[in-house]
Amino acid sequence: MNTSKVCKAMLLLALATSYAAVAAEGEVTDSDRIAQYREMISDGNPADFDEMAGEELWKTPSGPKKATMEKCDLGKGPGVVKGAYAELPRYFKDTGKVQDLESRLLTCMTTLQGIPEEEITAKPFSSDAKKSDISTLATYVVGQSKGVTMNVSTKHPKEKEAYEIGKLIFNYRAGPYDFACSTCHTTSNVRIRMQDLPNFKAKNSAQAAYTSWPAYRVSQGLTRSFQWRLNDCFRQQRFPEPKFASELTVDLTMFLAVSANGAPYAGPGLKR
Amino acid sequence: MGNPMKIRAAVKDGVTEVKVLMQHNMETGLRKDADGNLVPAWFITEVKAQHMGRTVLEAQFGQSVSKNPYLMFRFKGGAAGEKITVSWVDNMGDTRSDEAAITA
Repeated sequence: MNTSKVCKAMLLLALATSYAAVAAEGEVTDSDRIAQYREMISDGNPADFDEMAGEELWKTPSGPKKATMEKCDLGKGPGVVKGAYAELPRYFKDTGKVQDLESRLLTCMTTLQGIPEEEITAKPFSSDAKKSDISTLATYVVGQSKGVTMNVSTKHPKEKEAYEIGKLIFNYRAGPYDFACSTCHTTSNVRIRMQDLPNFKAKNSAQAAYTSWPAYRVSQGLTRSFQWRLNDCFRQQRFPEPKFASELTVDLTMFLAVSANGAPYAGPGLKR
Repeated sequence: MGNPMKIRAAVKDGVTEVKVLMQHNMETGLRKDADGNLVPAWFITEVKAQHMGRTVLEAQFGQSVSKNPYLMFRFKGGAAGEKITVSWVDNMGDTRSDEAAITA
């Protein structure tokens, strides 16, 4: 064998090994890596800080009435926070409406603390410059349902109605892109950029998606509430911006929450 | 003074694993706000971990470290109940120190 042949053989061998290495690595998908990353920092979720801050807000007198939120009825009686989120949205007798967590917090903040509604809904989401109190309170409340099985009722006629309207909204195609929520969220194993999209027609996928919100968004450095999630979904579809805590958002939340029934709530989550 | 850190430390087979979640904005100084003004640099420059007065980790952080940094490290030694202290200094001269007890 002459030198050039040896070189060629070695080159081939090198190529073969590098190809094998690539192939082996290729089996680890991007979503596996994301899952790995999530697991790595799951016990270091910065949303914990918002839970702590939210608890403090909950117990601190605020607003013109100088009242705390400790008398807020989230559906399990005044002041009961533990497990409340796993049963929301639900029908509330006092307001005569189906409410999700954030619209209920809005009710408590306006009635108990006397804060004008416009003041809260003007900027309901956190930004770099200022964290939103209502989002932070929501983060605290959801944290108190960690591990509690999702059990959202549709027994009350209003709850049933909200669920049905939510389902319609989910499937409603409109806007300049002729999009509906269902355009992206009723197929398994599809993704947008690197993120796998949840399929709300598949129980497991719907449960995994719903129970991991609200969540800390690493790329934004902020804990995002469920109202924010929906607001941004509508933006991505180029729909008009939904009003914060409006009936539309509550009904859609109702539909999504019911689809997650039976799974333990796992939030606040951690997203890319 | 900065916001509190979350520290957990657990000892196993003579090696203590420490997990620290710091609360810090970690501004690079390159980002602009909504009005187009530069957001001034503001980041942790030094992190130090001590176990019973012995420095077990010293690190220099910079702009490339993310907001709310998470740090995990291991050191030999440590026993349940002993204290581990973590402190940081940022480029504005602000500092924060927190401690936690090692669990078994």
